Amino acid sequence: MSYPESLRYTKEHEWVRAEGDIGTIGITDHAQKELGDIVYVDLPKVGAKIEQGKSLGSVESVKAVSDIYSPVSGEVVEVNETLAQAPEKLNQDPHGAAWLVKVRLSAPDEVKTLLSAADYQTYVGAES
Amino acid sequence: MAQSVVLKRTPLHAVHVSMGAKMVDFGGWDMPVQYSGLVDEHHTVRKGVGLFDVSHMGEIEVRGPEAVRLVDYVTTNAASRLHIGQAQYSGLLYDHGGFVDDILVHKVADDHFFLCVNAANQEKDFEHICAANQFNAQVEFASDRYAQIAIQGPLALRTLEQLTPVELGAIGYYWFKDGTVSGVPARIARTGYTGEDGFELYVAPAEAPRIWNELLNAGRDYGIKPCGLGARNTLRLEAKMALYGHEIHASITPYEAELGWMVKLDKGQFIGRAALAKQKEQGVRRKLVGFEMRGRGIGRDGYEVRLDGVPAGWVTSGSPAPSLNRNIGLCYLPASDVRLGRAIQVMVRNQPVEAETVSTPFYKRAKTA
Repeated sequence: MSYPESLRYTKEHEWVRAEGDIGTIGITDHAQKELGDIVYVDLPKVGAKIEQGKSLGSVESVKAVSDIYSPVSGEVVEVNETLAQAPEKLNQDPHGAAWLVKVRLSAPDEVKTLLSAADYQTYVGAES
Repeated sequence: MAQSVVLKRTPLHAVHVSMGAKMVDFGGWDMPVQYSGLVDEHHTVRKGVGLFDVSHMGEIEVRGPEAVRLVDYVTTNAASRLHIGQAQYSGLLYDHGGFVDDILVHKVADDHFFLCVNAANQEKDFEHICAANQFNAQVEFASDRYAQIAIQGPLALRTLEQLTPVELGAIGYYWFKDGTVSGVPARIARTGYTGEDGFELYVAPAEAPRIWNELLNAGRDYGIKPCGLGARNTLRLEAKMALYGHEIHASITPYEAELGWMVKLDKGQFIGRAALAKQKEQGVRRKLVGFEMRGRGIGRDGYEVRLDGVPAGWVTSGSPAPSLNRNIGLCYLPASDVRLGRAIQVMVRNQPVEAETVSTPFYKRAKTA
């Protein structure tokens, strides 16, 4: 799996795509593989304030539950409701249809502190 | 990832890595947790046939004219009542009645017993048995001489029979036969940890990779898949088979774990007998019970269980059950509160989630003709 150039990544295996002042957040392909079959996704509600590096929710696989750390700060403007009914989508299309939340970025410069696709690829290559 | 300790490897380690298994540290062993995916592997074992490397398990051999006396003295079940070629589930206990380990006892000959024990407990078990050996039996730590492969599922027999002259259908559940697999000596036991039919094979470590590959070839038409410890755990939990360190440990007795059937108080003296006899007379204070989540969430190992909002017990194992499409678990509760259909609350990340006690096993395979 290649990591899209249009996304920026964290070492905790989340990604964000910034378009204007909106950031779309998800977990990486590496993360879904590590988790295995995902059975629950807990996400914040629209209007919730989230902070870079803090937990914004959790994903739960058959094996274990893991926190999702927000790659950026901002206010949640949209939640991917389809994941409540079909959490397995996170195993199938983590960089696309299975995005988690969209936020209005309160500190857009945070995105620049994140890893590029190439750097993330190197990072997960080294980790595994 | 930085590795501060060197993980132990089974003879099949290189095979797992080359086949792309996801490896994890499992009690100091670098083991495959999954191959194609936990749920997929789980269903493969329920419907077809799956292959597990369980070579991390330990083996202890007890020999000599007094072997049966030693085994009977250190275990709860009655080794003296086994026939040659028969196996039994049993407990190794401390004097106070708590578990040292849960084990499988195989009677190879009148003067030879073969014990299969948990990986993480093998050294402790060996020392425990040696310390109790007032009978002059020979006790050998034999783990290095055995690899163990489990072939499990309704099509396990039809897969394995292609590689052995042994008539597998003649081996009853919890019986075993010494024969050959792929032309080399193998102990073939009709046992398992999945709730399905199947066999556990004990073979020489050097032969394990070849046998593993030949089993995968033999099962190809049946859709055989290599499976990891992740599926092994969901399969055993659905079948309500205990896992050491979870349902049972040094502070839990067989009666509390609902394993009283493996305790034979009438067989004579054994380690832990006095404590168990007393507990049987007085009754247990806590008991293992199955539950199903009613609210949204999964009660996992170690989570607190509440009754009417009051802390009352803990979850020993919990998981989504792939064969049942429910979230199940086992927990300890005060014995006086254990009844089916009792509402309980499991604390899932500091939030009480509704659950209900249910009968177990959660899953039972259909009897085949």
